[in-house]
Amino acid sequence: MFGFELDKHSDQHAFDTVPVFDFLVIGAGPAGLNAALYASRKGMVTGVIGSVGGQLHNTTSVDNYLGFPLIGGKEMSDRFFDHLSTLDVPVLTDRKVTSLTRVDGLFLAKTDDGKTRKAKTVLIATGGSSRTLGVPGEETYRNKGVSYCTTCDAPFFKDKDVIVAGGGNSAAEAVIDLVPWAKTITVVHRSQWRADGILLEKHKEIPNLTVHLQTQILSIDGKEKMTGVTVLDRRANSVMTIKADGIFIEIGTVPNSTLVRDLVETDLVGQIITDKNQMTSVPGLFAAGDVTDQPHKQIIISVAEGAKAALAAHTYLIHQTKEGHHATTVER
Amino acid sequence: MPQLLNADISKQIKEFLSPMKDNITIVVFTKDEPCETCPETVQLMEEVGALSDKITVVKKDLEKDSDDAKLYGITLTPSFVMLDKDNVYKGVKFNGIPAGHEINSFLSAIMDMSGLDFGFPEAIKDRIRKIGKDVNIKVFVTLSCPHCPGAVQNAHRMAMLSDSIEGEMIEAQTFYDLSDKYQVSGVPKIVINDVHELVGNQPVEAYLDILERL
Repeated sequence: MFGFELDKHSDQHAFDTVPVFDFLVIGAGPAGLNAALYASRKGMVTGVIGSVGGQLHNTTSVDNYLGFPLIGGKEMSDRFFDHLSTLDVPVLTDRKVTSLTRVDGLFLAKTDDGKTRKAKTVLIATGGSSRTLGVPGEETYRNKGVSYCTTCDAPFFKDKDVIVAGGGNSAAEAVIDLVPWAKTITVVHRSQWRADGILLEKHKEIPNLTVHLQTQILSIDGKEKMTGVTVLDRRANSVMTIKADGIFIEIGTVPNSTLVRDLVETDLVGQIITDKNQMTSVPGLFAAGDVTDQPHKQIIISVAEGAKAALAAHTYLIHQTKEGHHATTVER
Repeated sequence: MPQLLNADISKQIKEFLSPMKDNITIVVFTKDEPCETCPETVQLMEEVGALSDKITVVKKDLEKDSDDAKLYGITLTPSFVMLDKDNVYKGVKFNGIPAGHEINSFLSAIMDMSGLDFGFPEAIKDRIRKIGKDVNIKVFVTLSCPHCPGAVQNAHRMAMLSDSIEGEMIEAQTFYDLSDKYQVSGVPKIVINDVHELVGNQPVEAYLDILERL
């Protein structure tokens, strides 16, 4: 039987009727949706731009969010969106923000349909994208064995030998997602496991799993398609090859901060630096979730950062109003 | 066969389709056994078709209606094309059932084909309309891929704007041999005129950069 993963949409025209937003959220993952919920409840004129779900849509299931012992990633984002929908917050799901500038105290967000949206405060909640290994062969064999999306590509590796690169929760979950498909699964990670013990317990039940820790991938090798990897076993200081038809790279994310790289302070890897209230180096511009320099990339932490940002933006606007700046915020 | 779409999904789809502008027609091609997902694909078309009076579903057989199949370049089953209000084929084709995440590219194509503006900037529309050479864009997908509907949507939207562009979704698991031929082991995989490849859900500009060099 087939399932249907219907994307969430909202009335796109409602967005265009708002001349100036109090709080404009860029990104509609957990951080952005929760920020919009909190901001709207405060009475701020709120809007969201971005396709709903973020990295949750790449996640088969979530089992570490309090109150949800086990829930599908898509179902979780649908629930977040449905909750927000009860407050009539317009969400522009089909557009992307192409530039963000600040002119005369107002933020101008230009979208890919050529329109410009105005806002008094903005939240960057654009999340992260898959980090690459940066080794020879990775680009050459992309989609010829190299994959960054287990849920998308696992079916191509039925009865084949696959490698999972990484040692965090995403890698540990990728192993579990590959069990129904792969003939053998080999984990290669350059240091020790960082994944939750509860996930590693599940690995003990997988008979065709081999784990190489303290092992660094030097190259991805192949001819027309990938045929294996060359690795350095750091403990034995020896180089060896591991034959495989595919490799799923799950080594974390890089921040999607290109939009504001010239506007705000970022760290060496491009993560947006925020204060304890999620404000960036630009007054009125906030950031939350995986795009920030917060080290633990977790759904519940992103959600909480979204709430903090919305409440801080509310306080910020009140102070702005007291100082004589024009604002339309209504406190409830 | 039980309903494919449950009451909640049907309600959401009905609401989604309500702004449709003009009528559209879906022509779905199947064949007798063996065709694993043919019955389900026809059923899905009929269930979605029943949710809007602007959708007509026409059923064809690949062999018995071979003239029609030839007209739309159909060689696989199940496959279907979407026609505009004047029954004109604009190059919008699906091979395999658009279930899972791909329901989204299917519904998007219905809305776009009904004449709603999908918001491409004028400069992009101009570039698409200027493509003179015949172009075929294959987008290989899996039903569990959340990034794939966007790639299919782009290919179909370009097809709707240009008489020389055809965009087709190919469900990689149903058409395993074809996937193997094009060495698909990651999706979305975009193949232009059987030669040029794009990996991942790329912006329309990335497609155009290739099309303009053909």
